[in-house]
Amino acid sequence: MRHTLSIVVSDQPGELSRIVGLFSARGFNIETISVGATLDPQWARVTIVTRGDDRTIDQIVKQCARLARVRDVQDVTTRPHIEREMALITVNAEAGLQRQEVLNLVGVFRAKVVDISHSQIVVEASGNKEKVDTFIEMLKPIGINEITRTGRIAIGRLSNLETVTTDELEEDVFAVATS
Amino acid sequence: MSAQPALSTYPDSLSLQCEQSAPRGAEILIDALVHEGVDSIFGYPGGAVLHIYDELWRARDRITHYLVRHEQGAVHMAEGYARASGRVGVALVTSGPGATNAITGIANAYMDSTPIVVITGQVPLRLIGTDAFQEVDTVGITRPCVKHNYLVRDVHDLAAVVHEAFHLARTGRPGPVVIDIPKDVSAAQASYSRLDHIRFPIREGVTRPDRRALSRAASQILQAERPVMYVGGGIVNSGASEELLALAEYLQLPVTPTLMGLGGFPSAHNLSLGMLGMHGTYAANMAVAESDLLIAVGVRFDDRVTGKLATFAPHARVIHIDIDPANVGKNRMPDLSLIADARQALKALREEISARDHAEIVRSIAQRSQWWDQLRNWQREQPLRFSGSRDQIKPQHVIRELHRLTGGEAIVASDVGQHQMWAAQFYPFKRERQWITSGGLGAMGFGVPAAIGAQLAFRDRLVIAVVGDGGFQMTNQELATAVQYELPVKVLIMNNGYLGMVRQWQEMFHERTYSEVDLSVAPDFVKLADAYGAFARRASRPDELTEVLAAGLEHDGVSVIDVVVEKEENVFPIVPAGASSRDMIFQSEGV
Repeated sequence: MRHTLSIVVSDQPGELSRIVGLFSARGFNIETISVGATLDPQWARVTIVTRGDDRTIDQIVKQCARLARVRDVQDVTTRPHIEREMALITVNAEAGLQRQEVLNLVGVFRAKVVDISHSQIVVEASGNKEKVDTFIEMLKPIGINEITRTGRIAIGRLSNLETVTTDELEEDVFAVATS
Repeated sequence: MSAQPALSTYPDSLSLQCEQSAPRGAEILIDALVHEGVDSIFGYPGGAVLHIYDELWRARDRITHYLVRHEQGAVHMAEGYARASGRVGVALVTSGPGATNAITGIANAYMDSTPIVVITGQVPLRLIGTDAFQEVDTVGITRPCVKHNYLVRDVHDLAAVVHEAFHLARTGRPGPVVIDIPKDVSAAQASYSRLDHIRFPIREGVTRPDRRALSRAASQILQAERPVMYVGGGIVNSGASEELLALAEYLQLPVTPTLMGLGGFPSAHNLSLGMLGMHGTYAANMAVAESDLLIAVGVRFDDRVTGKLATFAPHARVIHIDIDPANVGKNRMPDLSLIADARQALKALREEISARDHAEIVRSIAQRSQWWDQLRNWQREQPLRFSGSRDQIKPQHVIRELHRLTGGEAIVASDVGQHQMWAAQFYPFKRERQWITSGGLGAMGFGVPAAIGAQLAFRDRLVIAVVGDGGFQMTNQELATAVQYELPVKVLIMNNGYLGMVRQWQEMFHERTYSEVDLSVAPDFVKLADAYGAFARRASRPDELTEVLAAGLEHDGVSVIDVVVEKEENVFPIVPAGASSRDMIFQSEGV
C-alpha cells in the first residue's frame, strides 16, 4: 500500500541525504519526495510517498525517527489529511480547435494557463495525484511536450470538524471528468 | 603572523574584542574534550589535524595521546576502551586516508552499539569539494554507519558539537559519532565556555517503561510454562546484569545470552543455558524452539541468532524490551514491547512481579518444574564438547586452560572467527564487560587493538587478546603501540595456519573447496613479537601448552603466545546459515 510520510527535520545541510540514504541503505523505496520550509525556519518538512506493507512502513517510520535531527515522523495516511501535488505541462495548442480543447480541459480541471505561445500552452495543474494523473491522460491525445511534477505534499486535517473541504469539491469535478 | 579566523563574521562581540587572546578551534576542542571527562585519545596525526596536535602537545598533562600504527587500530582501541569501561572512547585521525582507514572501526562500533567519538581532520573549508589533497567526503562516507556526524563549518559551533556528540554517543542506544573538523576551523579563534545545555534541538528518548505494558508483561511471565530469557548487548550497555540476575533468580527463569550479551549473565550460573544461535548450545537453541514465552532483552533478533526466522521460537509469545524502537518488529514482531532502558525495565518488571500475590509467584515457579527437567535433559544430551588428542593441541582445550590459569577473571578481547566462537563457548564469563568482541560487523583485526584499549581502561587487570593467525596479521602492528605505552596485553594466537572459519564453511557447505584459505606462509610469530619488543613463546605440543600459557600470562609486559592448534578442527554445534535451529550439526561427517 502507498503511504505518505511527513518528516520534520532540522533545516541543515546534509540532513536530507541522511533520510534519502537511509531509504536506499535499508531497501525502502521512494516514489516521490518533496522538501520545504515550515513555519519555524529551523525545521524543514520532507514529504515522502513510499510503498510497503504495514511492517515495512513501521520500520521506515522508526528508522527515520532514529535520526538525530529528525523531530517528528508521521504516517499521515493513517489519519485525516489533505494531499496535493502540482504539475507544469507544456501542451500543443495551435490556434483554433486544439487550443479550445486545451482551454476546455483547463477549465474542467480548474487548472491554470501560465504561459502561451502560437503553438503551445504551459498549464499549471494541482490537486490530488489522481486528478493530476487524469488531467495528463486527457491532454495526452492533444500532444504533451513536457511534464514536470512536484512530489506530493501533505498536511493533517482537523479531524473532528465535519467541514466540506475544497478537496471534496475537487473530487466532484474529478468524478465529472472521468465519467 | 595573524591567523585570520576564516569565519569570524559570527556576531559574537566577546570573541571580536579579544581576538588576539581568544583560543583557537583546536584549543576549544581540547577544552571541550576535557570537560567531557576525556583523558585518553587514540590517534594518528596528519596534515589536516596539525593544529589539534599542537594543542594536544600543550595539553599533554591533561590528555594522553596514544600513537597507534594504523587508524583502524585507533578506532578499535577506542572501542575496546569503551566496551571495557562503559565510558566514551575517543579516536583522532587526519583527513582522507586517515578517515577511510577509520571506517571499519566506526562501522564496527555502529553494529555493536559502542559509544565512541571519532574526530577526523578535513581540508580547509575553501578547498572542500575541489578534490584537494587528502580530501574525502568523510561525513558522506560515514553517514550510513554512525549515529550522527558533523562537518563543523564554524568554529563557534565546535564546543556545542563536541558536547552534543558525546551526549549522542552515550545516551539511548549508544553508538559512534564522527566530528569532521576542517583545518582552518581548528585554527580559527572563538571564545569558549562550557555549555550546560545542548544548543541543537535533541529528542530525548523514552527510557522508562510504560506501566500498562509492564503489568501485562509481568502477567505473561508468571503464566508462562516454558519461558526463556534471551538477552544481549543491551544488558551490558545499560549495566543491567544485576537486575537480570535478580529477576531470573526470583522466578527461576532460564537465561541464554547472545554473543554480545556474554558476561551480562554469569555463564556458569545454573540458570544459564549458554549462548544461543549459530554456534550456541543445543539446550539454548532447543529451549528457544520449544518455549512458549521469549523474554527478549536488549537484543535485535540478529540472523546469527535466529537462523531461519520462520522457525525461530515458533510457539512463543515474544516480549521485546529494547531502548531502540527500530529494533522492535524489525525481524520478529513481538506480542508485547517495552521501549526502555534494559536495567530500568528489568527493575520495574521485578517490582511489578513482587507486588503480585506471593502464591501466584510460587505457583509460577512450580509450574515450570517440567520445563526445567526438559532443559536439564537437553543439557545432558548434547553438552558443549570436543574430542581430545595426544599429539595435537585442541583449540577448545587452550581456552579451557586459559580459563583455569586466569581463574576466569581476565578481560578477554577476541578477534573474529573460530577462535572467537571457542572463546565464547569455553570461557565462562563472570561479569559484564569482561568479554569484548566484534559481533555485528565481524571485523577481523579487532582483537589486538581492542585488548590494548581495554588494558588502558584497566591497567591493573589481566587483558587477553584471543586471536587467530589471520586476524592477528591484520592489526599486529599495534603490538608496537602496546609496547611503547607499556600496556601489557597478552596476545594468544590460536594458530591453525588457516582462515579457519572460512575453511570450515568450505568443508561443510562447499564440498571441501579450500579456495584461498591457506595462511601457512606467515611470519614466525615468536620472532615477530620479539622484533616488536614483546615477550613471546610458542606451544606446538599438548604437553607444552600449560607451561607456555602460564609463562606468557605471568610475564609483566606485552606477551605473545603462539599456540599451534589442530589445523582442521571445526566449531560445533553449528546451525547452517538460514537453517532452523533444529538442523543443528554436532560433528563432522564421517566422524
